[in-house]
Amino acid sequence: MYVAVKGGERAINNAHRLLAEQRRGNKDIAEIETDQIEQQLSLSVTRVMAEGSLYDRDLAALAIKQARGDLIEAIFLMRAYRTTLPRFAFSKPIKTAEMDVSRRISATFKDLPGGQILGPTFDYTHRLLDFTLMANDEDPAEAPSGENPVDEHMPRVLDDILNYEGLIQDEPTPVDENAPVADLTREPIKFPAGRDLRLQNLSRGDEGFVLALGYSTQRGYANSHAFVGEIRYGTVSVEIEPEELGFAIDIGDIELTECETVNKFKGSKTKLPQFTRGYGLVFGQNERKSISMALVDRAMRANEMGEQIMGPAQDSEFVMEHSDNVQSTGFVEHIKLPHYVDFQGELELVRRMRAEVEARLSKRDADEAKSQSKAAE
Amino acid sequence: MTAHTANATATDQSQNTEEAIQARQRWMAVLARTERSVLETEWSNKYGDIIWNNLREPQIGMVMVRGRAGGAGQRFNLGEMTVTRCAVTLSDGTVGHSYIKGRDRVQAQYAALFDAVMLRDGAASDFIDTLAQQQAAAKRAHAHKVAATKVDFFTLVRGEDE
Repeated sequence: MYVAVKGGERAINNAHRLLAEQRRGNKDIAEIETDQIEQQLSLSVTRVMAEGSLYDRDLAALAIKQARGDLIEAIFLMRAYRTTLPRFAFSKPIKTAEMDVSRRISATFKDLPGGQILGPTFDYTHRLLDFTLMANDEDPAEAPSGENPVDEHMPRVLDDILNYEGLIQDEPTPVDENAPVADLTREPIKFPAGRDLRLQNLSRGDEGFVLALGYSTQRGYANSHAFVGEIRYGTVSVEIEPEELGFAIDIGDIELTECETVNKFKGSKTKLPQFTRGYGLVFGQNERKSISMALVDRAMRANEMGEQIMGPAQDSEFVMEHSDNVQSTGFVEHIKLPHYVDFQGELELVRRMRAEVEARLSKRDADEAKSQSKAAE
Repeated sequence: MTAHTANATATDQSQNTEEAIQARQRWMAVLARTERSVLETEWSNKYGDIIWNNLREPQIGMVMVRGRAGGAGQRFNLGEMTVTRCAVTLSDGTVGHSYIKGRDRVQAQYAALFDAVMLRDGAASDFIDTLAQQQAAAKRAHAHKVAATKVDFFTLVRGEDE
């Protein structure tokens, strides 16, 4: 039986009006401007760009305001917006070796060329609440300048230092630079997935999910003990080669965080042991995500390295099918939407089954009573 | 002799072309990093009389940014960025192009106009040089600030060895 259900329209409209009112909050308090979000909540902006998979600081700030600070909702808004835009081009691969670094550290080499550059970091803060911020009394003095600027081209720990002795695996470079690059925004994910597809999936994957999986590899659900070879955060320029020009042009800078891990070595009786690699690259300043990504990238290379699959982080299908928070939210939250007809069906089924069992039970009771009375006679 | 001359000319031309492309790449990169208001002011002060048409209206779209595994290996699609492009024609037929990060149609429009002016006679060379210097100075100032966060390791002598 079909029952057409109507009548929610007024309630929905009013719910959205209530939402708008609550988003604005107390009108005695100044309305937050998207510029303020962009500048002062910049790490939220970063996360929304990375997982929304669209680099645009202003749009991310707007999405955060509209979503009342719910970052997954904001990411959803970014994803929806990006479907409205045409794609002009693919960039040339960005050169992280030429990054203008704001931070660059290595946990494996203390005295590395270029130095340990801390940059703007929460590391080594005491994690005590700073009540001057609550009093809106923050007016920081300008940060001091060093005598010499940081090096323009920071050597890379894995390629320029470790690989000098052949101690780490070369990054396998495909012979054919014109080979197609997988793109999960255009084609559904297929398994087994290549590393290109896995990296794209991880870079836009949910930070919490990728973090938890990265953590699981450290706790023993994968066998790939990792060191952070290098983390660098800063800006790189993006180049495209428009057809109408026929040469590459630089269209501006984006912020990225890159992490390279040095992992458990691999070797055999005949092959020299070598360290292996994990790679993380994320829009904006996001160290937690880039380290986690590198851990999971390495774990997902289990097949390639001939390792036994012993944890979820090594299972590409498990990781990639559950990493997207828009997809996950869609399926998890859709069960709150009206399922009246589905449920009606279940309800009738359960009632019928109960009736059948009840009928059987009462027949049995009746039979028992009958046989007892016969026995008594 | 004739052949020799022809060869020399061809070489000169290819050098010129290469140089011309490099020069153009430089100013396009500078314009892509210049705020709309700066471009707008300069244009209305100096080039307001120039007659031009849109060859392609400013249009917002995206570029898929690519990275490489391990920074040097297999290519992969990292994520998209918003980009605005525009093309203009001056009355003498010179065509200027722009592709800039973000969604500022007006900035893209002026970037294409300055590209055209630079292609026509390099009239905005001084303006571009000034902008380039400002951008380099800002980058340098940042690099100095970042450098102040560099760790200076020192070793304590514990004196156990006498």
